[in-house]
Amino acid sequence: MKTIHTSFSEAVNDIKDGSTIMVGGFGLVGIPENLILALVDSQVKHLTVISNNCGVDDWGLGLLLKNKQIDKMIGSYVGENKEFERQVLSGELEVELTPQGTLAERIRAGGAGIPAFYTPAGVGTPIAEGGEVRTFGDKEYLLQTALKADFSLVRAAVGDKDGNLVYNKTAQNFNPMMAAAGNVTIAEVEQLVETGSIDPDHVHTPGIYVQRLIEGKQEKKIERMTVRQEA
Amino acid sequence: MAKQVDKAAIRERIARRAEREIVSGSYVNLGIGMPTMVANYIQDGKQVVLQSENGLLGIGKYPLKEEVDPDLINAGKETVTAQKGASFFSNAESFAMIRGEHLDLAILGGMEVSEKGDLANWMIPGKMIKGMGGAMDIVHGAKKIVIIMDHVNKQGEPKILKQCSLPLTGKNVVDRIITDRAVIDVKEDGLELVEVAEGWTADQIIDSTEAELKISENLQTDTY
Repeated sequence: MKTIHTSFSEAVNDIKDGSTIMVGGFGLVGIPENLILALVDSQVKHLTVISNNCGVDDWGLGLLLKNKQIDKMIGSYVGENKEFERQVLSGELEVELTPQGTLAERIRAGGAGIPAFYTPAGVGTPIAEGGEVRTFGDKEYLLQTALKADFSLVRAAVGDKDGNLVYNKTAQNFNPMMAAAGNVTIAEVEQLVETGSIDPDHVHTPGIYVQRLIEGKQEKKIERMTVRQEA
Repeated sequence: MAKQVDKAAIRERIARRAEREIVSGSYVNLGIGMPTMVANYIQDGKQVVLQSENGLLGIGKYPLKEEVDPDLINAGKETVTAQKGASFFSNAESFAMIRGEHLDLAILGGMEVSEKGDLANWMIPGKMIKGMGGAMDIVHGAKKIVIIMDHVNKQGEPKILKQCSLPLTGKNVVDRIITDRAVIDVKEDGLELVEVAEGWTADQIIDSTEAELKISENLQTDTY
């Protein structure tokens, strides 16, 4: 059965130096806030982090970055973080930039037993340099390999004790694919419910992909508050 | 200050012209920045479903202050709402939708476009690389790719070139370029000038474009 943690530090204490971790979220939306904070406290180092973005200077993965716990970052857009820029320029941090759809599919493939796939994205660009390009029909495609992780840290709105997860709105983003691509997947859920409380038709991530769960209150910081005035 | 006002007016002019590319009933992805502004000018009566690559089909208006939901953003990380009939999904599903050519149109920003329809819009060598986000996937996805940008750069040099000097986002992907001065189509045999904006002449457009321009038989002037 699934492990239900009550302490975030306990939830991450087997993530060792040099681990590869996937962290869900798009910008600050759908990130497992408390698991990231627990990793900061754990002082684990030399991490390879796979995540679309790298947080902002004072929140999300930006905290791990500031604490110099990340050696390598695989993502698609890292422009929101000044510390990121400093560490890349000084050579402290290695970055692998991947088109966003390719990143999502590499992770999906990792969890789905597909070692590699061809995609049109990136053909004729710097990311295709040294890569394998093949023509299907009248179009060229670039070979991309799957990604897997030692640990995947995901965030869901609701999780039951069997690990079934439901996401809220655009907080879904990379979380479902990452849940499947982690050797160990730890789900931080806003609400932990009894098994059977989620309608099976409404499950986004089936419990088979989730090994451990913990309930956590989220701050849900907003990166760009954009509002309209009442008409 | 006057210059800033001009800049805003030019962006609005480009965005309003780009809006005319949107056919009622279509699915559209708007890039981050100026392309996002196009949504502000969608004409009444047009039914459009806007896709956001972070997992939303059916972007609504920006929320009222009391409607803000931190779990609901667009790809530019701005808080948004979901319109009636919207759906949420993962990034893998979102890009399957994009690569699978289910979107009718994408309107994206550009730094340079070549006469073959190559696009450069993600990095400048020597400057910090922020990442390509979804642009490299989107340029191969939507059925029609429209690039909106200034006709020339800050130094007054052409941005529509024989060959891009910046690293590419995609090769041979652009269908149409809309600038503050003109509308140019990418055809098999090169670029074709199809519209000239108010205040400009075809000769001026040719002079401010490095790539060779064929003038369309149906060239229209003062269209925007």
